[in-house]
Amino acid sequence: MSEDLKLFSAQIRLETCKMLAHRGFGHLGGALSIVETLSVLFGSKMNVDPKHPDWSDRDYFVLSKGHAGPSYYSTLALKGYFPKDVLYTLNENGTILPSHPDRLKTPGVDTTTGSLGQGISLAVGIAKALKLDGKSNKVYTIVGDGECNEGQVWEAFQFAAHQKLDNLIVFIDENRKQLDGLTVDVNNPFDLRAKMEAFGFYALRVDGSSEQAISDAIDDCFDHPNQALCIVLDTVKGQGVEYFEKLADNHHIRFASDSKAELEKAIVELEKRVSLGGVR
Amino acid sequence: MAVVMAKEQKPIEMRAVYQQALVEILREHPQVVVMDADLVGASGTAKVFKEFPDRCINMGISEANMIGAAAGMSLVGKVPIIHTFAPFATRRVYDQLYLSGAYQKANLRIYGSDPGFTSGHNGGTHTSVEDLALMRAMPTATVLAPADATQFAWLLKETSKMHGIFYMRASRKGLKDIYDPASTFEIGKGIVLSEGSDVVIFAIGEMIEQALLAKEELENSGVSVAVVDMFTVKPIDRDLIERMIIGKKLVVTAENHSKIGGLGSAVAEIMAESGCGVPLRRIAIQDRFGEVGLPDYLQKTYGLTKDDIIQAVKEVIK
Repeated sequence: MSEDLKLFSAQIRLETCKMLAHRGFGHLGGALSIVETLSVLFGSKMNVDPKHPDWSDRDYFVLSKGHAGPSYYSTLALKGYFPKDVLYTLNENGTILPSHPDRLKTPGVDTTTGSLGQGISLAVGIAKALKLDGKSNKVYTIVGDGECNEGQVWEAFQFAAHQKLDNLIVFIDENRKQLDGLTVDVNNPFDLRAKMEAFGFYALRVDGSSEQAISDAIDDCFDHPNQALCIVLDTVKGQGVEYFEKLADNHHIRFASDSKAELEKAIVELEKRVSLGGVR
Repeated sequence: MAVVMAKEQKPIEMRAVYQQALVEILREHPQVVVMDADLVGASGTAKVFKEFPDRCINMGISEANMIGAAAGMSLVGKVPIIHTFAPFATRRVYDQLYLSGAYQKANLRIYGSDPGFTSGHNGGTHTSVEDLALMRAMPTATVLAPADATQFAWLLKETSKMHGIFYMRASRKGLKDIYDPASTFEIGKGIVLSEGSDVVIFAIGEMIEQALLAKEELENSGVSVAVVDMFTVKPIDRDLIERMIIGKKLVVTAENHSKIGGLGSAVAEIMAESGCGVPLRRIAIQDRFGEVGLPDYLQKTYGLTKDDIIQAVKEVIK
């Protein structure tokens, strides 16, 4: 299972790099940091049917950090929600793939997000409604560490804890960077796992580049009923492509000269990795 | 639409109307959920929350999350009815209503209570003079200002069967009964309460009573006045406005809201586009903030009484 997920991660990362290289610019850093989490969710944990995106018994996914759209779209295309070549229409006039996810435009996208802080509220609402109906669907959401600057996020966390939403896993993608720099410099989030625990969550912190660690943490969470659940993902912005991991300003990149060449180099390496079954 | 005018006055508080309507709606529609942000006591719904503990959710003092969570619930089939004070239901959560709500076609009914002068002792911080302007500017939103208990109850029940963003603004206190409880309405259609040949007053909410009082006095001095209830502020009843202004010497709008962006603006837009050339006077709150005081003091201070309407008419029709 783990080897398959490594391959799926490599494929998601490859498609994400290819679509952004084609477009020439985009939110690369935060899209790459969640690749392994997307891989585990859509590759093994989530109960979904790409042929029937609106299937009412499906598990729900809310990308609260909506600017990571490109890796989400790559995941959906690889799962078969829409043809892979659609990925190259990202942000084109009239595309079904806008910068930030839109549930009315893209098959498989459950919620419209991008105005930071709002997706997590949608996720807690979906989880609460499913509980009211006595349904067993799970809900997964990824919140950015920078996004946790938003007060609404903490309103939603408090609600999730108070309502004991144990059908929802809140991932916080702690890649330590936001648009204007390091999170500790812009608006220090301090110890996110400890904060979530203090908010009443069962909160874990795991290596967000390890499919196995993410998968184990999800299982661990669901062994803790009657409590809100959180997994803080220790990640790197630009994860999986060394040049972009080290690039200081890697939230939104316009690919030119060095960065363009490095992205193309990364695509060649990722293609090789995919052909070898995802092994790093 | 089958409107019957009230035969007698038995006004009940709007919060009592809200409570009673919610009970009926919750019994009839299993998917309806009710949400409030720590104003359950203030909205008179404690009994409802007790009777339906699962489907009535006190979100605490977190309006942004309330709107977002309600939108999320609606994406999996729930039909939320939400209450908080008008300023918190609109300007405080505008982006949540806009994106989590309207933009992604969520399904929400929002009751914003105590707009304009009805905020009374809660004062300027809790006063909304711009809620209609904000909600009118939101694509696809339906903006409603019920005239009385009958119309408010009807709107709550009717919108619970519909899909969209429905903003309803009303005081928590009682309003004069305009309609007989047997009345039914049509969203988007204004109601001519009385005909007249010289002046037409388009009014909403509390200002309907003032318009009817002004009509009485003006007709004693020989000015014939029509009064129209424009409870649907958006989509506005363009056909009715165009019909009612024909041959009039003056058009008056009356609303417990800023003169910028509310009913007066909506009517002005249609009048300008029609090229009718009839003068317009807007009885509304000037471009100012609210303040603390008893509602009747505030109503006078903001210039929202029958006398303000009469004065505006007499300035044009000597």
